[in-house]
Amino acid sequence: MTVFSWLMVLLQAALFLFGAPLLVGWVRLVKSRLQNRRGASPLQPYRDLRKLFGKEPLVAHTASPLFRAAPYIVFAAALLACAVVPLLTTRSPATAVADVIVLVGFLALGRFFLALAGMDVGTAFGGMGSSREMLVSAMAEPAMLLAVFTLAMTAHSTNLGSVIDHQLTGGLALRPSYLFALMGLVLVAVAETGRIPVDNPATHLELTMIHEAMILEYSGRHLALMEWAAQLKLMLYGVLIANVFLPWGIARSFSPTALGSGLLAVALKLAWLGVALAVSETVLAKMRLFRAPQFLNFAFLLALLGLLSHIILESGA
Amino acid sequence: MTHGLPLSLGLAYVALLGVLGSVLVAFVSDRGAAFKMAMFVLLGVSGGAAVLAGLAALASPEAAAAQLPAGLPWLAWRLRLDALAGFFLLVIGLVVLAVSVYGPGYVRDFEHGADPLPVLGAFTGLFVLGMMLVVLADDAFLFMVSWELMSLSSYFLVTFQHDHAANRRAAFLYLLMAHIGALSILLGYGVLAGFGDGFAFDAMRAAELSPFWASVAFGLAFFGFGMKAGLVPMHAWLPEAHPAAPSHVSALMSGVMLKVAVYGFIRFTFDLVGQLHWQWGVAVLAIGSVSALMGVLYALMQHDLKRLLAYHSVENIGIIFIGLGLGLIFLATGHRVAGVLGVIAALYHTLNHALFKSLLFLGAGAILHSCHERDLERMGGLLRRMPWTGLFFLIGCISISALPPFNGFVSEWLTFQTALQAWLLEGGVLRSVIPIAAAVLALTGALAAACFVKVYGVAFLGRARTRRVRRARGVSRGMRIAQGYLAALCLLAGVFPTTLLGWLDAVPESLLGRGLTQATAHGWLWLTPIAPETASYSAPVVILALAAVWWLSATLLRRGKAREARRCDPWGCGFSNGLPTPRMQYSATAFAQPIRRVFGPLFHIDQQVEESGGVQRFRLHVSDRAWGLFYLPVAKAVQAASRRVTRLQSGSIRVYLGWSLATLLVLLWVVSS
Repeated sequence: MTVFSWLMVLLQAALFLFGAPLLVGWVRLVKSRLQNRRGASPLQPYRDLRKLFGKEPLVAHTASPLFRAAPYIVFAAALLACAVVPLLTTRSPATAVADVIVLVGFLALGRFFLALAGMDVGTAFGGMGSSREMLVSAMAEPAMLLAVFTLAMTAHSTNLGSVIDHQLTGGLALRPSYLFALMGLVLVAVAETGRIPVDNPATHLELTMIHEAMILEYSGRHLALMEWAAQLKLMLYGVLIANVFLPWGIARSFSPTALGSGLLAVALKLAWLGVALAVSETVLAKMRLFRAPQFLNFAFLLALLGLLSHIILESGA
Repeated sequence: MTHGLPLSLGLAYVALLGVLGSVLVAFVSDRGAAFKMAMFVLLGVSGGAAVLAGLAALASPEAAAAQLPAGLPWLAWRLRLDALAGFFLLVIGLVVLAVSVYGPGYVRDFEHGADPLPVLGAFTGLFVLGMMLVVLADDAFLFMVSWELMSLSSYFLVTFQHDHAANRRAAFLYLLMAHIGALSILLGYGVLAGFGDGFAFDAMRAAELSPFWASVAFGLAFFGFGMKAGLVPMHAWLPEAHPAAPSHVSALMSGVMLKVAVYGFIRFTFDLVGQLHWQWGVAVLAIGSVSALMGVLYALMQHDLKRLLAYHSVENIGIIFIGLGLGLIFLATGHRVAGVLGVIAALYHTLNHALFKSLLFLGAGAILHSCHERDLERMGGLLRRMPWTGLFFLIGCISISALPPFNGFVSEWLTFQTALQAWLLEGGVLRSVIPIAAAVLALTGALAAACFVKVYGVAFLGRARTRRVRRARGVSRGMRIAQGYLAALCLLAGVFPTTLLGWLDAVPESLLGRGLTQATAHGWLWLTPIAPETASYSAPVVILALAAVWWLSATLLRRGKAREARRCDPWGCGFSNGLPTPRMQYSATAFAQPIRRVFGPLFHIDQQVEESGGVQRFRLHVSDRAWGLFYLPVAKAVQAASRRVTRLQSGSIRVYLGWSLATLLVLLWVVSS
């Protein structure tokens, strides 16, 4: 059974790995339809990745060995973070290896090396991107941890599998704390995955970009890994929101029907989240950089409200 | 002691004798390379013996006690080596060992300078001796004597390069603050000794204090030890004094001396006072949170590498005190498991901070040694000039930024796990205070990562900003080995937390009567602080998975049609005449600018544009608000008071005689009544 459950972990990681580009393609497609464009096929991100993997990578003369190691570390950290999140089933042994705080740690590890890689070549662009990225993450990470703590304190566990199990068994009471935590986490997800209104994934305008500025010097397979890691991150936040706050449908055993319905449920939830993201990106405009901290302070306050309302209202004296 | 000397105490004696020998040899260390070597070898022997003594003390269930044939006639110097003392002896030993390997290469700079090597060696030895004796002391008298030995000898180390006025000023400030702190500690011991019977710690343990006097004693001790540890707002001396000393001494001061203050606080609060009160825990938690946050924010604003690291010590001491505060709250309200977990988290962070902060200070020393530069704004591209130092410094940066799978992450994880037990508590206030502290800790961790991206990115990556830095050379083998050893310990402490926790467990077991057995109950692979279903972390699996993904992706990508990377010029930002110059890189100040703007109200920012001769210059100075808020008022009050007192100085001898007579009369009245 244990071997089988570890195989399930590998299967979930593989689903993340190969599903993430599809999710990005889906968001792009919906967005272009909303903007009255025909848009590329949702499979386009796969083609882009394949093309990049086949290309010769260029590395600046001024780059240090860290520049070439960073894509692998960023990618590995993103993939490990994904492996920890229950995608199809809550009974994943990987949730015991690394709990939700470690998950946040993985994301921070990837970001640390991403920002370092941005500063490595020694151009102004990379440093600018790194500086902004670290500002955004410094404000977003505490908000995310607080949102996560709300869940963990309710379930008395930081194990994501247990948290979701607790959600499913504990009755689906409408908790104000969850609502606040959900809103906080959504705002964090928007900021951390570099979406409008904090960052724009489709721009190369120097005044506005954050993530793209850091990976400006990358090409070939290095760029492919960086892009893939970013796509993984988007899917990770999507699954986190979908499976933790709306856990219906997730498998709690390894039976094929349960797993199949789990896959179907998570695919539907992600598709809806993708539509929501595309809509919000269409109707919102990008903020100035110094509005981003206010945005994230709001996320922090929401998460803090969630935690306090849990403590004061829900856990009782 | 009927069955002879216990092993742990015997090794501790070796450590004390070794460092004493090092002090003696230091006086002749300028007579030849052999003496200099002997000085450091003896220091290393002492460090190694201290490590072994600490391990032996952690392994043995009983505390070892002894009396030294010294001290006052009615109060012999008493030593006692229990698990707590053993743990701190271990921390001291680990860092002293690194410093003794690092020292010979580093002090080469001073051999031909005006600053005498014997002075440096002797005071370094006395400093280490003082720290070891503080930890071993079993009565308040020896404790205070060693405490003063530690403070005074480190004063001479801070003022070692005394030809800089800034260093003299820093040293004076340090001396002043150290003594205000020592006075407060002395008064704290005085309260305990007054209720107990004498200065021995045993007597103080037996003392029955009323809650009021216990709180007075605790407050005095918290103030005194907190001042030495550098808690906000008593921290202002720390970023001045620590960078002023030679780098290997900075490593000792930041890595170890602050920990000795933590030791004093733990010994006083958890061992001597006895009954704990949760209000103390709230105070410690609040001060710890403020220290952590302010420490990291001020660190972000620095561009002097050693000053920046010193501010990070404020931050990390804050994190340690967050753990201790949580421990106090839980222990005082009867939740022993969570309380022990908080104390363990604090101890773990103590060890971690000693390791990575020493590593970073030794790295800063290596940079200083090879390019005589402390200012980040002039560095750049050092990774290619000093690859080993660059690698080890990176490990230090990852560790201090609390990223998995290194050691800083483990202790922050444990602290978070303690905070998440807040649901156990009764009162709504306590329940909501603790999550706010956890939020502050999360913010601190994220800001620390930002700060070390800045440090590493500006110093080691990119391109050299000055010629001196462009020509930097690698450092000697000893200096590299010392850094590598600390980096390896950082990794080990991060990957095998369960094993280490099993050793640490002896401390709360002997101190609080309860260990954290469930944390290590599931084998070395699993760390389960409360219970496996509550939280678990398996660092070995994490690092294996990380390595496996890295290796797999690298090998898969190297196969197939992917080709070798080609070198080219970086993108020139649209400039037609070739490469962007190194001056176009983001500087440390520029990197921190968004954060400076967001947290602006917390800093004292002085920025202006000066125009002279058609050239505009931008000047920016960020200073500590604590100065204006806490120090200058005190200094002004002291000055005003002394100005009043000078009115007594009339210059006429009759008035002076009159004052003397009045004093005599008052004294006689006091004595007679």
